[in-house]
Amino acid sequence: MNVAVDPVRYVAKNMRLDLRLIAEMIAPGSRVLDIGCGDGTLIDHLFRTRGCDARGIEIDMAEVTRAVAHGLPVMQGDADTDLAQYPDAAFDYVVLSRTLQAVERPREVLRQMLRIGERAVVSFPNFGHWRVRWQLLRQGRMPMTSVWNRPWHETPNIHPCTIRDFFALCEQEGYRVERWLAVDDAGQRAPWRRFVGLANLFGEQALFQLRKAPS
Amino acid sequence: MDQAELPEIAHAHVAFDDGLTLECGLALRRLTVAYRTYGRLNADRSNAVLVCHALTGDQYVAEQHPLTGKPGWWEMVVGPGLPIDTDRFFVVCANVLGGCMGSTGPRSPRDDMDQPNPPRWGTDFPPVTIRDMVRAQKRLIEHLGITRLFAVIGGSMGGMQVLEWAASYPDAVFAAVPIATAANHSAQNIAFNEVGRQAIFADPDWLGGTYWAHGRVPARGLAVARMIAHITYLSEQALTRKFGRRLRGAQAAGSFDDTFEVESYLRHQGSSFVRRFDAASYLTITRATDWFDLAADHGGDLSAAFRGTRTRFCLISFSSDWLYPTAESRTIARALNRAAANVSFVEIATDKGHDAFLLDEPDFHRTLAGFLAGCAEHAGLPA
Repeated sequence: MNVAVDPVRYVAKNMRLDLRLIAEMIAPGSRVLDIGCGDGTLIDHLFRTRGCDARGIEIDMAEVTRAVAHGLPVMQGDADTDLAQYPDAAFDYVVLSRTLQAVERPREVLRQMLRIGERAVVSFPNFGHWRVRWQLLRQGRMPMTSVWNRPWHETPNIHPCTIRDFFALCEQEGYRVERWLAVDDAGQRAPWRRFVGLANLFGEQALFQLRKAPS
Repeated sequence: MDQAELPEIAHAHVAFDDGLTLECGLALRRLTVAYRTYGRLNADRSNAVLVCHALTGDQYVAEQHPLTGKPGWWEMVVGPGLPIDTDRFFVVCANVLGGCMGSTGPRSPRDDMDQPNPPRWGTDFPPVTIRDMVRAQKRLIEHLGITRLFAVIGGSMGGMQVLEWAASYPDAVFAAVPIATAANHSAQNIAFNEVGRQAIFADPDWLGGTYWAHGRVPARGLAVARMIAHITYLSEQALTRKFGRRLRGAQAAGSFDDTFEVESYLRHQGSSFVRRFDAASYLTITRATDWFDLAADHGGDLSAAFRGTRTRFCLISFSSDWLYPTAESRTIARALNRAAANVSFVEIATDKGHDAFLLDEPDFHRTLAGFLAGCAEHAGLPA
Protein backbone atom coordinates (compact mmCIF):
# COMPACT_ATOMS: atom_id res chain seq x y z
CA MET A 1 0.00 0.00 0.00
CA ASN A 2 0.97 3.58 -0.46
CA VAL A 3 2.58 5.27 2.43
CA ALA A 4 0.98 8.68 2.25
CA VAL A 5 3.85 11.13 2.22
CA ASP A 6 2.97 14.63 3.26
CA PRO A 7 3.44 16.62 0.06
CA VAL A 8 6.43 18.92 0.40
CA ARG A 9 4.98 21.86 -1.41
CA TYR A 10 2.89 24.88 -0.82
CA VAL A 11 -0.07 23.43 1.00
CA ALA A 12 -2.42 26.21 2.01
CA LYS A 13 -4.30 25.81 -1.25
CA ASN A 14 -7.71 27.26 -1.64
CA MET A 15 -8.48 25.55 -4.92
CA ARG A 16 -11.94 27.01 -5.23
CA LEU A 17 -10.67 30.55 -5.36
CA ASP A 18 -7.84 29.68 -7.69
CA LEU A 19 -10.11 27.62 -9.83
CA ARG A 20 -12.59 30.43 -10.27
CA LEU A 21 -10.09 33.16 -11.00
CA ILE A 22 -7.87 31.14 -13.31
CA ALA A 23 -10.76 29.55 -15.13
CA GLU A 24 -12.11 33.03 -15.87
CA MET A 25 -8.91 33.79 -17.74
CA ILE A 26 -9.04 30.74 -19.98
CA ALA A 27 -10.92 30.73 -23.25
CA PRO A 28 -13.34 27.84 -23.74
CA GLY A 29 -12.14 24.96 -25.86
CA SER A 30 -8.45 25.73 -25.43
CA ARG A 31 -5.54 23.39 -24.81
CA VAL A 32 -4.30 23.80 -21.25
CA LEU A 33 -1.39 22.39 -19.27
CA ASP A 34 -1.68 22.80 -15.51
CA ILE A 35 1.71 22.50 -13.82
CA GLY A 36 1.49 21.43 -10.20
CA CYS A 37 -2.11 20.46 -10.73
CA GLY A 38 -2.52 18.65 -7.40
CA ASP A 39 -5.48 16.32 -7.55
CA GLY A 40 -6.56 17.87 -10.85
CA THR A 41 -9.47 19.99 -9.64
CA LEU A 42 -8.73 22.78 -12.12
CA ILE A 43 -8.32 20.55 -15.16
CA ASP A 44 -11.51 18.73 -14.28
CA HIS A 45 -13.28 22.08 -13.98
CA LEU A 46 -11.86 23.34 -17.29
CA PHE A 47 -12.91 20.17 -19.08
CA ARG A 48 -16.40 20.10 -17.63
CA THR A 49 -17.32 23.77 -17.74
CA ARG A 50 -15.21 25.11 -20.61
CA GLY A 51 -14.69 22.09 -22.85
CA CYS A 52 -10.93 22.47 -22.61
CA ASP A 53 -8.38 19.80 -23.46
CA ALA A 54 -6.75 20.20 -20.06
CA ARG A 55 -3.86 18.11 -18.77
CA GLY A 56 -1.73 18.21 -15.67
CA ILE A 57 1.73 17.64 -14.26
CA GLU A 58 2.14 17.00 -10.55
CA ILE A 59 5.25 16.13 -8.56
CA ASP A 60 3.51 14.36 -5.68
CA MET A 61 2.72 10.79 -6.63
CA ALA A 62 -0.17 10.40 -4.18
CA GLU A 63 -1.92 13.38 -5.82
CA VAL A 64 -1.17 12.01 -9.30
CA THR A 65 -2.69 8.66 -8.39
CA ARG A 66 -5.77 10.40 -7.03
CA ALA A 67 -6.12 12.48 -10.18
CA VAL A 68 -5.69 9.61 -12.65
CA ALA A 69 -8.03 7.46 -10.59
CA HIS A 70 -10.57 10.23 -11.16
CA GLY A 71 -10.07 9.85 -14.89
CA LEU A 72 -7.95 12.98 -15.31
CA PRO A 73 -4.94 13.11 -17.64
CA VAL A 74 -2.18 13.83 -15.16
CA MET A 75 1.41 12.71 -15.23
CA GLN A 76 3.99 12.61 -12.50
CA GLY A 77 6.67 15.12 -13.34
CA ASP A 78 8.71 18.06 -12.21
CA ALA A 79 8.24 21.60 -13.53
CA ASP A 80 11.99 22.15 -13.39
CA THR A 81 12.88 19.24 -15.65
CA ASP A 82 9.85 18.03 -17.57
CA LEU A 83 8.65 21.13 -19.39
CA ALA A 84 11.65 20.97 -21.70
CA GLN A 85 10.15 17.79 -23.19
CA TYR A 86 7.12 19.47 -24.73
CA PRO A 87 7.19 20.86 -28.26
CA ASP A 88 6.82 24.60 -28.94
CA ALA A 89 3.30 26.01 -28.83
CA ALA A 90 1.72 22.72 -27.75
CA PHE A 91 -0.80 24.55 -25.55
CA ASP A 92 -2.88 27.71 -25.59
CA TYR A 93 -2.42 28.24 -21.84
CA VAL A 94 0.15 26.89 -19.43
CA VAL A 95 -0.96 27.34 -15.82
CA LEU A 96 1.35 27.46 -12.83
CA SER A 97 -0.79 27.85 -9.76
CA ARG A 98 0.99 28.70 -6.49
CA THR A 99 4.04 26.71 -7.49
CA LEU A 100 6.42 29.31 -8.93
CA GLN A 101 7.89 30.09 -5.52
CA ALA A 102 8.70 26.41 -4.98
CA VAL A 103 10.55 25.58 -8.20
CA GLU A 104 14.33 25.50 -8.52
CA ARG A 105 14.61 27.92 -11.42
CA PRO A 106 11.53 30.14 -11.69
CA ARG A 107 12.88 32.18 -14.59
CA GLU A 108 13.60 29.08 -16.67
CA VAL A 109 10.20 27.59 -15.80
CA LEU A 110 8.53 30.79 -17.04
CA ARG A 111 10.58 30.67 -20.24
CA GLN A 112 9.53 27.08 -20.83
CA MET A 113 5.90 27.92 -20.12
CA LEU A 114 5.92 30.64 -22.76
CA ARG A 115 7.75 28.39 -25.19
CA ILE A 116 5.31 25.49 -24.95
CA GLY A 117 2.24 27.68 -24.52
CA GLU A 118 0.97 30.80 -26.16
CA ARG A 119 0.01 32.26 -22.80
CA ALA A 120 1.12 31.63 -19.25
CA VAL A 121 -1.17 31.97 -16.26
CA VAL A 122 0.84 32.26 -13.05
CA SER A 123 -0.35 32.67 -9.50
CA PHE A 124 1.87 33.06 -6.45
CA PRO A 125 1.63 34.20 -2.85
CA ASN A 126 2.80 37.80 -2.49
CA PHE A 127 5.76 38.19 -0.17
CA GLY A 128 5.21 41.94 -0.20
CA HIS A 129 1.97 41.70 1.81
CA TRP A 130 1.91 44.10 4.75
CA ARG A 131 1.64 41.35 7.34
CA VAL A 132 4.81 39.72 6.04
CA ARG A 133 6.61 43.05 6.04
CA TRP A 134 5.34 43.90 9.51
CA GLN A 135 6.42 40.62 11.07
CA LEU A 136 9.90 40.91 9.63
CA LEU A 137 10.16 44.53 10.73
CA ARG A 138 8.78 44.07 14.20
CA GLN A 139 10.27 40.72 15.19
CA GLY A 140 13.23 40.55 12.88
CA ARG A 141 12.34 36.95 12.11
CA MET A 142 11.06 35.14 9.06
CA PRO A 143 7.33 35.77 8.80
CA MET A 144 4.82 33.08 9.64
CA THR A 145 1.36 33.83 8.26
CA SER A 146 -1.56 31.79 7.04
CA VAL A 147 -0.01 31.85 3.59
CA TRP A 148 3.69 31.62 4.55
CA ASN A 149 3.04 29.00 7.15
CA ARG A 150 6.17 26.88 7.34
CA PRO A 151 9.39 27.67 9.18
CA TRP A 152 12.22 28.85 6.98
CA HIS A 153 14.16 25.59 7.32
CA GLU A 154 11.24 23.46 6.18
CA THR A 155 9.48 25.53 3.60
CA PRO A 156 9.47 24.28 0.03
CA ASN A 157 8.96 27.91 -0.99
CA ILE A 158 12.56 28.63 -1.84
CA HIS A 159 11.91 31.53 -4.22
CA PRO A 160 9.41 33.93 -2.65
CA CYS A 161 8.76 37.13 -4.54
CA THR A 162 6.56 40.21 -4.38
CA ILE A 163 4.18 41.53 -7.00
CA ARG A 164 6.66 44.28 -7.86
CA ASP A 165 9.42 41.69 -8.22
CA PHE A 166 7.28 39.76 -10.64
CA PHE A 167 6.50 42.84 -12.73
CA ALA A 168 10.22 43.55 -12.87
CA LEU A 169 11.00 40.01 -14.02
CA CYS A 170 8.36 40.22 -16.76
CA GLU A 171 9.87 43.48 -17.95
CA GLN A 172 13.36 42.04 -17.90
CA GLU A 173 12.29 38.92 -19.81
CA GLY A 174 10.18 40.81 -22.29
CA TYR A 175 6.83 39.32 -21.27
CA ARG A 176 3.68 41.29 -21.83
CA VAL A 177 1.37 41.30 -18.80
CA GLU A 178 -2.02 40.92 -20.47
CA ARG A 179 -3.95 40.77 -17.22
CA TRP A 180 -3.10 40.76 -13.59
CA LEU A 181 -4.96 40.89 -10.33
CA ALA A 182 -4.33 40.62 -6.64
CA VAL A 183 -6.68 39.19 -4.06
CA ASP A 184 -6.77 39.56 -0.31
CA ASP A 185 -6.92 36.71 2.16
CA ALA A 186 -10.68 36.42 1.80
CA GLY A 187 -10.20 35.84 -1.90
CA GLN A 188 -11.90 39.07 -2.84
CA ARG A 189 -10.63 41.37 -5.50
CA ALA A 190 -10.50 44.79 -3.82
CA PRO A 191 -10.59 48.36 -5.16
CA TRP A 192 -6.82 48.72 -4.63
CA ARG A 193 -6.27 46.09 -7.25
CA ARG A 194 -5.59 48.65 -9.97
CA PHE A 195 -2.56 50.12 -8.22
CA VAL A 196 0.56 48.00 -8.13
CA GLY A 197 1.89 49.63 -4.97
CA LEU A 198 -1.32 49.01 -3.04
CA ALA A 199 -1.77 45.53 -4.47
CA ASN A 200 1.74 44.70 -3.38
CA LEU A 201 0.86 45.79 0.14
CA PHE A 202 -2.63 44.36 0.47
CA GLY A 203 -2.72 41.52 -2.01
CA GLU A 204 -2.16 38.12 -0.48
CA GLN A 205 -2.17 36.29 -3.80
CA ALA A 206 -1.27 37.52 -7.25
CA LEU A 207 -2.45 36.18 -10.57
CA PHE A 208 -0.86 37.07 -13.90
CA GLN A 209 -1.61 36.28 -17.50
CA LEU A 210 1.50 36.66 -19.65
CA ARG A 211 2.39 36.48 -23.26
CA LYS A 212 5.66 36.85 -25.07
CA ALA A 213 6.07 40.38 -26.37
CA PRO A 214 6.04 40.39 -30.18
CA SER A 215 9.62 40.41 -31.36
CA MET B 1 12.53 -34.42 -14.05
CA ASP B 2 10.36 -36.67 -16.16
CA GLN B 3 8.00 -34.59 -18.11
CA ALA B 4 5.36 -35.49 -20.60
CA GLU B 5 4.59 -33.40 -23.67
CA LEU B 6 2.04 -30.65 -23.33
CA PRO B 7 -1.35 -32.22 -23.92
CA GLU B 8 -3.14 -31.22 -27.12
CA ILE B 9 -6.25 -29.32 -26.14
CA ALA B 10 -8.70 -27.42 -28.28
CA HIS B 11 -8.58 -23.63 -28.03
CA ALA B 12 -11.17 -21.30 -29.54
CA HIS B 13 -9.47 -19.76 -32.55
CA VAL B 14 -9.76 -18.23 -35.98
CA ALA B 15 -7.63 -19.28 -38.95
CA PHE B 16 -6.58 -16.95 -41.73
CA ASP B 17 -5.80 -18.89 -44.88
CA ASP B 18 -3.95 -16.00 -46.46
CA GLY B 19 -1.32 -16.23 -43.76
CA LEU B 20 0.94 -13.45 -42.55
CA THR B 21 4.19 -12.07 -43.90
CA LEU B 22 6.55 -11.57 -41.00
CA GLU B 23 8.94 -8.71 -40.42
CA CYS B 24 11.86 -11.06 -41.10
CA GLY B 25 10.55 -11.44 -44.66
CA LEU B 26 9.34 -15.03 -44.29
CA ALA B 27 5.66 -15.72 -44.77
CA LEU B 28 3.41 -17.96 -42.76
CA ARG B 29 0.99 -19.48 -45.24
CA ARG B 30 -1.62 -19.96 -42.60
CA LEU B 31 -2.18 -17.95 -39.47
CA THR B 32 -4.12 -19.24 -36.49
CA VAL B 33 -5.02 -16.90 -33.65
CA ALA B 34 -6.43 -18.48 -30.51
CA TYR B 35 -8.42 -16.07 -28.38
CA ARG B 36 -11.02 -15.58 -25.68
CA THR B 37 -13.60 -12.87 -25.25
CA TYR B 38 -15.53 -11.63 -22.21
CA GLY B 39 -18.51 -9.32 -22.09
CA ARG B 40 -20.56 -8.17 -25.02
CA LEU B 41 -19.69 -6.07 -28.07
CA ASN B 42 -22.12 -3.15 -28.24
CA ALA B 43 -24.15 -2.25 -31.32
CA ASP B 44 -21.73 0.35 -32.65
CA ARG B 45 -18.73 -1.81 -31.76
CA SER B 46 -17.14 0.92 -29.71
CA ASN B 47 -16.54 -0.85 -26.40
CA ALA B 48 -13.83 -3.35 -27.32
CA VAL B 49 -10.79 -3.66 -25.08
CA LEU B 50 -7.82 -5.71 -26.20
CA VAL B 51 -5.79 -7.20 -23.37
CA CYS B 52 -2.24 -8.20 -24.35
CA HIS B 53 -0.65 -10.92 -22.27
CA ALA B 54 2.92 -11.11 -20.99
CA LEU B 55 5.73 -13.50 -21.94
CA THR B 56 4.31 -16.61 -20.32
CA GLY B 57 0.68 -15.55 -20.13
CA ASP B 58 -2.06 -16.59 -22.49
CA GLN B 59 -5.58 -15.79 -23.60
CA TYR B 60 -7.24 -17.23 -20.47
CA VAL B 61 -7.44 -13.87 -18.72
CA ALA B 62 -10.53 -14.23 -16.62
CA GLU B 63 -11.56 -17.87 -16.47
CA GLN B 64 -10.24 -21.19 -15.28
CA HIS B 65 -7.25 -22.27 -17.32
CA PRO B 66 -8.07 -25.42 -19.35
CA LEU B 67 -4.63 -26.92 -18.72
CA THR B 68 -3.72 -25.93 -15.18
CA GLY B 69 -7.18 -25.51 -13.70
CA LYS B 70 -6.01 -22.26 -12.11
CA PRO B 71 -8.02 -19.04 -12.19
CA GLY B 72 -7.40 -16.56 -15.01
CA TRP B 73 -4.16 -14.59 -14.71
CA TRP B 74 -5.95 -11.25 -14.43
CA GLU B 75 -9.07 -12.34 -12.59
CA MET B 76 -8.63 -9.46 -10.16
CA VAL B 77 -8.71 -6.95 -13.02
CA VAL B 78 -11.01 -8.30 -15.73
CA GLY B 79 -14.60 -9.18 -14.86
CA PRO B 80 -17.98 -7.73 -13.91
CA GLY B 81 -17.52 -4.63 -11.78
CA LEU B 82 -13.71 -4.90 -11.93
CA PRO B 83 -11.33 -2.27 -13.33
CA ILE B 84 -11.73 -3.69 -16.85
CA ASP B 85 -15.45 -4.10 -16.38
CA THR B 86 -16.93 -6.83 -18.55
CA ASP B 87 -20.40 -5.46 -17.87
CA ARG B 88 -19.29 -2.43 -19.84
CA PHE B 89 -16.49 -3.54 -22.13
CA PHE B 90 -16.06 -6.33 -24.64
CA VAL B 91 -12.69 -7.79 -23.68
CA VAL B 92 -10.57 -9.72 -26.18
CA CYS B 93 -7.31 -11.50 -25.45
CA ALA B 94 -5.35 -13.51 -28.00
CA ASN B 95 -2.53 -15.95 -27.51
CA VAL B 96 0.51 -14.29 -29.06
CA LEU B 97 2.03 -15.38 -32.34
CA GLY B 98 4.80 -17.82 -31.40
CA GLY B 99 2.89 -18.92 -28.29
CA CYS B 100 1.84 -22.42 -27.27
CA MET B 101 -1.86 -22.04 -26.40
CA GLY B 102 -3.32 -22.46 -29.83
CA SER B 103 -1.93 -19.58 -31.90
CA THR B 104 0.56 -20.29 -34.68
CA GLY B 105 3.92 -21.02 -33.12
CA PRO B 106 6.73 -23.57 -32.90
CA ARG B 107 4.24 -26.29 -31.95
CA SER B 108 2.18 -25.73 -35.12
CA PRO B 109 2.65 -27.98 -38.17
CA ARG B 110 5.00 -26.56 -40.75
CA ASP B 111 3.21 -24.96 -43.66
CA ASP B 112 6.19 -24.78 -45.99
CA MET B 113 6.13 -28.45 -46.95
CA ASP B 114 3.71 -29.95 -49.43
CA GLN B 115 3.05 -33.17 -47.62
CA PRO B 116 0.28 -34.61 -45.52
CA ASN B 117 0.90 -34.46 -41.77
CA PRO B 118 3.91 -32.20 -41.90
CA PRO B 119 6.14 -32.09 -38.83
CA ARG B 120 6.14 -29.24 -36.35
CA TRP B 121 8.06 -26.07 -36.86
CA GLY B 122 10.01 -26.55 -33.66
CA THR B 123 13.10 -24.39 -33.69
CA ASP B 124 12.67 -23.77 -37.42
CA PHE B 125 9.74 -21.50 -36.63
CA PRO B 126 10.61 -18.11 -38.13
CA PRO B 127 11.70 -15.38 -35.75
CA VAL B 128 8.75 -13.19 -34.83
CA THR B 129 8.68 -9.68 -33.45
CA ILE B 130 6.35 -7.75 -31.17
CA ARG B 131 5.08 -6.03 -34.31
CA ASP B 132 4.30 -9.40 -35.89
CA MET B 133 2.33 -10.34 -32.79
CA VAL B 134 0.39 -7.08 -33.04
CA ARG B 135 -0.30 -7.59 -36.73
CA ALA B 136 -1.73 -11.02 -35.95
CA GLN B 137 -3.95 -9.43 -33.29
CA LYS B 138 -5.04 -6.80 -35.81
CA ARG B 139 -6.26 -9.56 -38.08
CA LEU B 140 -8.31 -10.99 -35.23
CA ILE B 141 -9.77 -7.60 -34.35
CA GLU B 142 -10.79 -7.00 -37.98
CA HIS B 143 -12.28 -10.49 -38.08
CA LEU B 144 -14.41 -9.53 -35.06
CA GLY B 145 -15.69 -6.51 -37.00
CA ILE B 146 -13.94 -3.95 -34.82
CA THR B 147 -12.30 -0.97 -36.53
CA ARG B 148 -11.38 1.00 -33.42
CA LEU B 149 -10.46 -0.46 -30.07
CA PHE B 150 -11.62 1.55 -27.09
CA ALA B 151 -8.47 0.49 -25.27
CA VAL B 152 -5.41 -1.71 -25.58
CA ILE B 153 -4.02 -2.76 -22.21
CA GLY B 154 -1.12 -4.95 -21.18
CA GLY B 155 1.74 -5.40 -18.75
CA SER B 156 5.37 -6.32 -19.37
CA MET B 157 5.62 -7.85 -22.86
CA GLY B 158 1.90 -7.04 -23.13
CA GLY B 159 2.85 -3.41 -22.60
CA MET B 160 5.27 -3.61 -25.53
CA GLN B 161 2.38 -4.78 -27.68
CA VAL B 162 0.31 -1.85 -26.43
CA LEU B 163 3.06 0.57 -27.48
CA GLU B 164 3.36 -1.15 -30.84
CA TRP B 165 -0.41 -0.97 -31.35
CA ALA B 166 -0.42 2.74 -30.59
CA ALA B 167 2.51 3.34 -32.93
CA SER B 168 1.32 1.14 -35.80
CA TYR B 169 -2.43 1.75 -35.68
CA PRO B 170 -2.95 5.09 -33.93
CA ASP B 171 -6.43 5.57 -35.35
CA ALA B 172 -7.51 2.14 -34.15
CA VAL B 173 -6.58 2.79 -30.51
CA PHE B 174 -8.58 5.32 -28.48
CA ALA B 175 -6.73 4.64 -25.23
CA ALA B 176 -3.51 2.79 -24.50
CA VAL B 177 -2.33 1.47 -21.14
CA PRO B 178 1.25 0.18 -21.19
CA ILE B 179 1.99 -1.22 -17.74
CA ALA B 180 5.40 -2.08 -16.21
CA THR B 181 7.07 -2.09 -19.58
CA ALA B 182 9.76 -0.49 -21.72
CA ALA B 183 10.15 0.82 -25.25
CA ASN B 184 13.13 -1.46 -25.71
CA HIS B 185 14.91 -4.29 -23.94
CA SER B 186 17.94 -3.21 -21.95
CA ALA B 187 21.20 -5.16 -21.97
CA GLN B 188 20.19 -6.50 -18.56
CA ASN B 189 16.82 -7.70 -19.88
CA ILE B 190 18.54 -9.46 -22.79
CA ALA B 191 21.13 -10.93 -20.42
CA PHE B 192 18.54 -12.57 -18.20
CA ASN B 193 16.69 -13.91 -21.22
CA GLU B 194 19.94 -15.33 -22.55
CA VAL B 195 20.72 -17.21 -19.33
CA GLY B 196 17.26 -18.76 -19.55
CA ARG B 197 17.79 -19.80 -23.14
CA GLN B 198 21.20 -21.27 -22.38
CA ALA B 199 19.64 -23.31 -19.58
CA ILE B 200 17.25 -24.82 -22.14
CA PHE B 201 20.05 -25.52 -24.63
CA ALA B 202 22.10 -27.21 -21.89
CA ASP B 203 19.35 -29.71 -21.07
CA PRO B 204 20.24 -33.16 -22.49
CA ASP B 205 16.58 -33.56 -23.47
CA TRP B 206 16.80 -30.49 -25.68
CA LEU B 207 18.28 -32.77 -28.37
CA GLY B 208 19.33 -29.89 -30.57
CA GLY B 209 15.77 -28.62 -30.61
CA THR B 210 14.22 -31.92 -31.79
CA TYR B 211 12.95 -32.95 -28.35
CA TRP B 212 9.35 -32.99 -29.51
CA ALA B 213 10.11 -35.53 -32.26
CA HIS B 214 11.39 -37.91 -29.59
CA GLY B 215 8.61 -37.37 -27.13
CA ARG B 216 10.96 -35.59 -24.78
CA VAL B 217 10.79 -32.23 -23.02
CA PRO B 218 13.81 -30.17 -21.88
CA ALA B 219 12.04 -29.79 -18.57
CA ARG B 220 15.06 -29.10 -16.38
CA GLY B 221 16.35 -26.39 -18.67
CA LEU B 222 12.96 -24.77 -19.06
CA ALA B 223 12.38 -24.95 -15.31
CA VAL B 224 15.72 -23.26 -14.62
CA ALA B 225 14.86 -20.58 -17.18
CA ARG B 226 11.62 -19.99 -15.34
CA MET B 227 13.34 -19.89 -11.95
CA ILE B 228 15.77 -17.22 -13.13
CA ALA B 229 13.02 -15.20 -14.75
CA HIS B 230 10.84 -15.53 -11.68
CA ILE B 231 13.52 -13.91 -9.51
CA THR B 232 13.49 -10.92 -11.86
CA TYR B 233 9.71 -10.64 -11.46
CA LEU B 234 10.01 -10.21 -7.69
CA SER B 235 11.98 -7.83 -5.51
CA GLU B 236 14.45 -8.32 -2.72
CA GLN B 237 11.93 -6.93 -0.23
CA ALA B 238 9.22 -9.27 -1.49
CA LEU B 239 11.48 -12.31 -1.27
CA THR B 240 12.62 -11.31 2.21
CA ARG B 241 9.06 -10.72 3.32
CA LYS B 242 7.80 -14.02 1.89
CA PHE B 243 10.71 -16.31 2.74
CA GLY B 244 13.52 -14.59 4.58
CA ARG B 245 16.10 -17.25 5.46
CA ARG B 246 13.49 -19.69 6.66
CA LEU B 247 14.30 -23.39 6.33
CA ARG B 248 12.02 -26.13 5.19
CA GLY B 249 11.75 -28.25 8.31
CA ALA B 250 14.97 -29.35 10.04
CA GLN B 251 17.08 -30.37 7.06
CA ALA B 252 20.75 -31.07 7.67
CA ALA B 253 23.11 -28.29 6.72
CA GLY B 254 25.32 -29.02 3.75
CA SER B 255 22.58 -30.72 1.79
CA PHE B 256 21.71 -29.37 -1.64
CA ASP B 257 18.12 -30.41 -1.34
CA ASP B 258 15.70 -27.56 -1.22
CA THR B 259 16.78 -26.54 2.26
CA PHE B 260 15.57 -22.96 2.18
CA GLU B 261 11.96 -22.09 1.60
CA VAL B 262 12.86 -19.76 -1.22
CA GLU B 263 14.51 -22.67 -3.06
CA SER B 264 11.48 -24.83 -2.66
CA TYR B 265 9.29 -22.00 -3.95
CA LEU B 266 11.43 -21.47 -7.03
CA ARG B 267 11.58 -25.19 -7.80
CA HIS B 268 7.83 -25.32 -7.59
CA GLN B 269 7.56 -22.34 -9.95
CA GLY B 270 9.92 -24.09 -12.39
CA SER B 271 8.25 -27.48 -12.35
CA SER B 272 4.71 -26.15 -12.66
CA PHE B 273 5.76 -23.92 -15.55
CA VAL B 274 7.02 -26.81 -17.70
CA ARG B 275 3.62 -28.43 -17.47
CA ARG B 276 2.06 -25.54 -19.35
CA PHE B 277 4.73 -24.05 -21.59
CA ASP B 278 6.73 -25.18 -24.60
CA ALA B 279 10.51 -24.64 -24.65
CA ALA B 280 10.65 -23.58 -28.31
CA SER B 281 7.86 -21.05 -27.70
CA TYR B 282 9.82 -19.70 -24.74
CA LEU B 283 12.82 -19.17 -27.00
CA THR B 284 10.77 -17.58 -29.78
CA ILE B 285 8.96 -15.16 -27.49
CA THR B 286 11.94 -14.14 -25.36
CA ARG B 287 13.76 -13.37 -28.60
CA ALA B 288 10.87 -11.21 -29.78
CA THR B 289 11.12 -9.14 -26.59
CA ASP B 290 14.90 -8.79 -27.01
CA TRP B 291 14.45 -7.43 -30.52
CA PHE B 292 11.86 -4.91 -29.44
CA ASP B 293 13.15 -1.37 -29.88
CA LEU B 294 10.38 1.04 -30.80
CA ALA B 295 12.69 4.06 -31.11
CA ALA B 296 15.03 2.23 -33.48
CA ASP B 297 12.01 1.40 -35.65
CA HIS B 298 11.38 5.15 -35.94
CA GLY B 299 14.77 6.55 -36.80
CA GLY B 300 16.07 6.45 -33.24
CA ASP B 301 13.47 8.92 -31.94
CA LEU B 302 10.84 7.36 -29.72
CA SER B 303 8.58 10.40 -30.00
CA ALA B 304 8.46 9.86 -33.78
CA ALA B 305 6.60 6.61 -33.10
CA PHE B 306 3.76 8.68 -31.64
CA ARG B 307 3.84 11.83 -33.76
CA GLY B 308 0.38 13.29 -34.24
CA THR B 309 -1.22 10.60 -32.10
CA ARG B 310 -4.66 11.26 -30.65
CA THR B 311 -4.57 8.20 -28.44
CA ARG B 312 -4.89 8.82 -24.70
CA PHE B 313 -2.07 7.08 -22.84
CA CYS B 314 -1.79 5.92 -19.25
CA LEU B 315 1.64 4.65 -18.24
CA ILE B 316 1.84 2.73 -15.00
CA SER B 317 5.00 1.52 -13.31
CA PHE B 318 5.76 -0.06 -9.94
CA SER B 319 8.32 1.36 -7.54
CA SER B 320 10.09 -1.94 -6.79
CA ASP B 321 10.11 -3.25 -10.37
CA TRP B 322 13.77 -3.60 -11.37
CA LEU B 323 13.08 -5.57 -14.55
CA TYR B 324 11.19 -2.71 -16.21
CA PRO B 325 11.91 0.11 -13.78
CA THR B 326 9.95 3.38 -13.56
CA ALA B 327 12.71 5.13 -15.51
CA GLU B 328 11.64 3.13 -18.58
CA SER B 329 8.07 4.34 -18.25
CA ARG B 330 9.30 7.88 -17.72
CA THR B 331 11.29 7.64 -20.95
CA ILE B 332 8.09 6.69 -22.76
CA ALA B 333 6.11 9.44 -21.00
CA ARG B 334 8.65 12.05 -22.06
CA ALA B 335 8.65 10.82 -25.64
CA LEU B 336 4.87 11.14 -25.58
CA ASN B 337 5.24 14.68 -24.21
CA ARG B 338 7.52 15.50 -27.12
CA ALA B 339 4.73 14.31 -29.39
CA ALA B 340 2.27 16.49 -27.40
CA ALA B 341 0.26 13.37 -26.66
CA ASN B 342 -2.34 13.09 -23.92
CA VAL B 343 -0.51 11.12 -21.26
CA SER B 344 -1.13 10.10 -17.69
CA PHE B 345 1.76 8.55 -15.80
CA VAL B 346 1.65 6.97 -12.36
CA GLU B 347 4.18 5.01 -10.36
CA ILE B 348 2.49 2.71 -7.87
CA ALA B 349 4.30 2.33 -4.53
CA THR B 350 4.69 -1.39 -3.82
CA ASP B 351 7.37 -3.84 -2.70
CA LYS B 352 6.10 -6.62 -4.96
CA GLY B 353 8.38 -5.99 -7.91
CA HIS B 354 7.49 -6.49 -11.55
CA ASP B 355 4.81 -9.06 -10.71
CA ALA B 356 2.79 -6.35 -8.97
CA PHE B 357 0.74 -5.83 -12.13
CA LEU B 358 -0.68 -9.34 -11.65
CA LEU B 359 -1.30 -8.99 -7.93
CA ASP B 360 -3.73 -7.31 -5.58
CA GLU B 361 -2.61 -3.67 -5.76
CA PRO B 362 -5.59 -1.45 -4.91
CA ASP B 363 -3.92 1.79 -6.05
CA PHE B 364 -3.09 0.22 -9.40
CA HIS B 365 -6.61 -1.08 -9.84
CA ARG B 366 -8.13 2.29 -8.88
CA THR B 367 -5.82 4.05 -11.32
CA LEU B 368 -6.71 1.71 -14.17
CA ALA B 369 -10.43 1.87 -13.47
CA GLY B 370 -10.38 5.67 -13.18
CA PHE B 371 -8.39 6.15 -16.36
CA LEU B 372 -10.75 3.90 -18.32
CA ALA B 373 -13.80 5.65 -16.90
CA GLY B 374 -12.38 9.04 -17.88
CA CYS B 375 -11.59 7.80 -21.39
CA ALA B 376 -15.04 6.29 -21.75
CA GLU B 377 -16.49 9.70 -20.98
CA HIS B 378 -14.29 11.34 -23.61
CA ALA B 379 -15.12 8.60 -26.12
CA GLY B 380 -18.82 9.09 -25.45
CA LEU B 381 -19.34 5.49 -24.37
CA PRO B 382 -22.66 5.02 -22.58
CA ALA B 383 -22.12 4.46 -18.87
